[in-house]
Amino acid sequence: MAILGAINPMLTAGLNNDDAGWHLADYEKRGGYLMLREILQEKRPQEQVINEIKKSVLRGRGGAGFPTGLKWSFMPRSFPGDKYVVCNSDEGEPGTFKDRDILRYNPHSVIEGMTIAAYAMGANRGYNYIHGEIWEIYQRFEEALDEARRAGLIGQNILGSDFCFELFAHHGYGAYVCGEETGLLESIEGKKGQPRFKPPFPASFGLYGKPTTINNTETFAAVPFILKVGADAYLEAGKPNNGGTKLFSVSGHVNRPGNYEVPLGTPFSTLLEMCGGVRGGRKLKAVIPGGSSAPVLPGEIMMDTTMDYDSIAKAGSMLGSGAVIVMDETTCMVRSLERLSWFYHEESCGQCTPCREGTAWLYKIIHRIEHGAGRAEDLDLLESITGNIMGRTVCALGDAAAMPVQSFVKHFRDEFAYHIEHKKCLVPLEVQRAGSGFFTASE
Amino acid sequence: MLEIEIDGKAAQVPDGSSIMDAAELLGAYIPHFCYHKKLSIAANCRMCLVQVEKAPKPLPACATPVTNGMKVFTHSDLAVKAQKGVMEFLLINHPLDCPICDQGGECQLQDLSVGYGGSVSRYREEKRVVIHKDVSPLISMKEMARCIHCTRCVRFGQEIAGIMELGMINRNVHSEITSFVGKTVDSELSGNMIDLCPVGALTSKPFRYSARSWELQRRRSVSPHDSLGSNLVVQTKHDRVMRVLPFENEEINECWLSDKDRFSYEGLNSPARLLKPMVRVDGTLREVDWNTALDYVSHGLKDITGKDGGDALGILASPHATLEELYLLHKLARSLGCGNIDFRLRRRDFSADGKTAGIPWLGMKLAEVSDLDAALIVGGFPRKEQPLLAQRLRQAAKRAARFSFLTAGGDDQLIATHARLNVSPADLPKALAGIVKAAASLKKAAIPAGLETQEYCANSERIAQSLIDGEKTALFLGNMAEQHPQAALLHALAQELANITGARLGFFGEAANSVGAWLARAIPSGHNAYAMLEAPRKAYLLFNAEPEFDCHNPRLATAALKQAALTVAITSFKGGAAMEYADALLPLAAFTETSGTFVNTEGRAQSFNGVATPPGEARPGWKILRVLGNLLGISGFSQNSSEEVRHEIFTSGPFVSGLDNRIKDIALNLAAPSPVQGQLQRIADVPIHFADPLVRRAPALQLTRDASAPAARIHPETLEKLGIANASKVRVRETDGNGEALFVARADATVPAGCARIAAAHPASAGLGDMFAAIRVEGVR
Repeated sequence: MAILGAINPMLTAGLNNDDAGWHLADYEKRGGYLMLREILQEKRPQEQVINEIKKSVLRGRGGAGFPTGLKWSFMPRSFPGDKYVVCNSDEGEPGTFKDRDILRYNPHSVIEGMTIAAYAMGANRGYNYIHGEIWEIYQRFEEALDEARRAGLIGQNILGSDFCFELFAHHGYGAYVCGEETGLLESIEGKKGQPRFKPPFPASFGLYGKPTTINNTETFAAVPFILKVGADAYLEAGKPNNGGTKLFSVSGHVNRPGNYEVPLGTPFSTLLEMCGGVRGGRKLKAVIPGGSSAPVLPGEIMMDTTMDYDSIAKAGSMLGSGAVIVMDETTCMVRSLERLSWFYHEESCGQCTPCREGTAWLYKIIHRIEHGAGRAEDLDLLESITGNIMGRTVCALGDAAAMPVQSFVKHFRDEFAYHIEHKKCLVPLEVQRAGSGFFTASE
Repeated sequence: MLEIEIDGKAAQVPDGSSIMDAAELLGAYIPHFCYHKKLSIAANCRMCLVQVEKAPKPLPACATPVTNGMKVFTHSDLAVKAQKGVMEFLLINHPLDCPICDQGGECQLQDLSVGYGGSVSRYREEKRVVIHKDVSPLISMKEMARCIHCTRCVRFGQEIAGIMELGMINRNVHSEITSFVGKTVDSELSGNMIDLCPVGALTSKPFRYSARSWELQRRRSVSPHDSLGSNLVVQTKHDRVMRVLPFENEEINECWLSDKDRFSYEGLNSPARLLKPMVRVDGTLREVDWNTALDYVSHGLKDITGKDGGDALGILASPHATLEELYLLHKLARSLGCGNIDFRLRRRDFSADGKTAGIPWLGMKLAEVSDLDAALIVGGFPRKEQPLLAQRLRQAAKRAARFSFLTAGGDDQLIATHARLNVSPADLPKALAGIVKAAASLKKAAIPAGLETQEYCANSERIAQSLIDGEKTALFLGNMAEQHPQAALLHALAQELANITGARLGFFGEAANSVGAWLARAIPSGHNAYAMLEAPRKAYLLFNAEPEFDCHNPRLATAALKQAALTVAITSFKGGAAMEYADALLPLAAFTETSGTFVNTEGRAQSFNGVATPPGEARPGWKILRVLGNLLGISGFSQNSSEEVRHEIFTSGPFVSGLDNRIKDIALNLAAPSPVQGQLQRIADVPIHFADPLVRRAPALQLTRDASAPAARIHPETLEKLGIANASKVRVRETDGNGEALFVARADATVPAGCARIAAAHPASAGLGDMFAAIRVEGVR
């Protein structure tokens, strides 16, 4: 993928999809590390940095949308000993591929963002956890770290100040659950990636039991830009309570799938236009607006919605990680859900009962329906099982598995009922094949 | 304190309590599987979900901290719906094979499914199949499909046993509990995982399929093995002991048992049990009736002591015998004019006799071990010798207590260690003296006489400092310190150190009744346990002891017994060397078959009743001795119960008096012979499953790694100097005797240089002499 379009970009401003412009010198040419230098030179009070982030209403870009400044303020100020800042680049949510491009084209923005965050929270150590399937990007980040280290931008006594921050890259092995922040911490510690129960939260008991703040790659990358343009300007770039721009990874049945940076509050229709519209000019059927865990919405609802946290929530889904999965009229919703359910079943860490057992059960039922062995009671059963999973698990993976099932069945119940009754799909197979783009008409 | 209300009942709970803690306090039951009071919180089963006022979702009671004014509902619609939902999930992949499951009738899942499970399953898909594992001779993992992934077993290993031997591999519904690839479960506490398993996934290999839990009668008893006296629930069916489980006693064994305590019962049902008295007639042992046997024994004893005096008799008693038995033995000995009675069979140095102030003991209550800030453990292998005491030390070390070890042989005790000195047995006194000197220097106290020129290392100073710094500190002498050829010197040095640092001095204790045996006065006024073998007697009386394994010098013991005109063995077992040296064998009831008392190392007297009838014609020891006393015409043998015997010793309990670890008049003479070129010093440990006659005959325990045949474990560099290859066969010869034995040499960096660790109490080493003798090791072609 690449960054294919933008409206008033910040994170991706000046980038042109080549693998040459990521170096330290290029980043500095684009105004990089200015904010870090300024903060250290001025010895800006930590509180002031955090307040600026609070004011910008930067919300966590990893999926939960939690206000970043508030999260930073949870870190205990006077804790003696190590404190950690961890970047979550374990971008495992199906449909999401924005962090990869940030690390690929603009890694120093993440390094600067993390360093400023560490300064603001008094942390002295940081890790960037990059998921295992993007090895080249992990390597690039290591190179970028080397550049920053050599330039004295991270490490001991940064830029001659008394602020020290050691930053390391760490790569995972591809478990989705390691994107859950405490699962990620366990994984860094060398243990099996299994989420911890909360409380205690990482801010009090995090990596190696020390206070830790975990933010998404895009969140950290946004920090230098917020400080540069000012909190007010950043907030205004988006809409109230939904500050700034956001990278959307658009995939599925659009003509130009890829990453797009647009201000929060941009209408979905505009975003779809930027992507060249639905492939083959076909009718839009459904959209998952925030990564596979977010509830699916019918196309017509999406066309009336703007892309920001509050509007999408109002429409009945979540902005999540900003992974927009577009499905046109050739899509079989049962088959789509079968694949999604397989993913959650496969990626459940197996630790807690409802998720371990429930995700497998969900998949088995949907698999049966897709393969013509559905039963009349299955849809109610699916609903009941998802109800027994949601809100009962250690981490949010259980909810993430349940929400697609609930929303698919809710919005496309007829299709599921048809499947069960007629043992085949409402969308004829040849139409599905034609839509998939993988088969020619003659096949 | 925090206010909380659970189901309308209010209580105050300490800060930091969880809802589960509060519920326990209030007596409200919240269903759970993964929660266990002794283990860390996992919150993974989700069975304990409860409704909390103002919380939108049900919360796990085990992991949710109480906040002030919290209102909890454990049986509200929301809570019960959540609990039932979880139960459904737990059951969908569970085989529901209760009728053929060993756990049936005592299964938490079965019990809770009655209250929270549906009568018909909505799950109609295929169930998960989990491949069985074979990881231990004690734990069966044949039906792992029953596992509900509560991870209690995993956490037990990590937290209580101190070694992670089971873990959960894979993700999602394919998660399974297993050992590390190709590895087995070898912890000496492993059996507790069977208790912890809330379902029938981990079951007891020796017990499984032999009885249903509801067929069993349950009786309390006390373990006859290590010095703790762990509390047992002995379960019998048709008068046969089928299983042993822990009886929870927070002050002793908590809710745990060592595998030895748990599985040694198999020895009770051993085919080697002696069922009828036997007497040697014309050179062969023949089964006879009790009258004949007692007649034979009483006449024999009377003849020899009458003719040659009481000194011609030697009595060797096991410290695993009951207080009552040992007391009657003492009475018998004194009446026969015999001062040669001893229970300290593995002791070598008796120079402290007459110089100690009282009965050696732990120096504190067992529970106090958990509160120590620092301690030094001198000699011994507590993990294998007092497994649950080591477990207490392990837990205390976790909350930053600083424990140091001065040992010969650096076995990992799985206890976070502050400092360790690993020296040859001969250097133990010097190393301890170094710590004494370091402590004296640090405290600016007077240097004890004899240590003026003693040097010490930085580690000694660290150890001394930790004992000085701590508020609750202790100095423990382990089994090796008692069996050591300079035991009295070690004792005296330890006392010096304790005096300087303010640490409390204690002995871990060798056996279940080591303290009780002192109380029963089964101690010599004449020859001690070693001397009565060194200077052979005409007659020997063995009580529950097998000198070929249980004595400090098995070679000496066997020779002495063989030359004796009369050797009487009061024993539970036949076979082995006894068939050669014994002239009479009297069948002894084992600990489950007699009433009696053990006094553990903290001085706690624990009396117990028989829970099964002795097999064949075996009889309780106190009865045998009583009748023997009558036949010998001795007065004071008219007791009608073991209680009557006990009342002659003491009447008030449970803690006995006379415990005192002080010692006096031992010169701190550290002069030691310099090692001779080419000689090695033996380090003899007593392996956990060879320590007493009963455990030696427990088949499942004998299959464990702890029961593997002893090797000659030698430091790799020493081995190289000797020109011996690792894993090759070697002959071990004693330098001042003619004992020798064959072993496989094993390179082992935990053995101090110049030493060879060769376990005692095993047939392979029975041909050797002293436990810490000088030896030569040579290759065998």
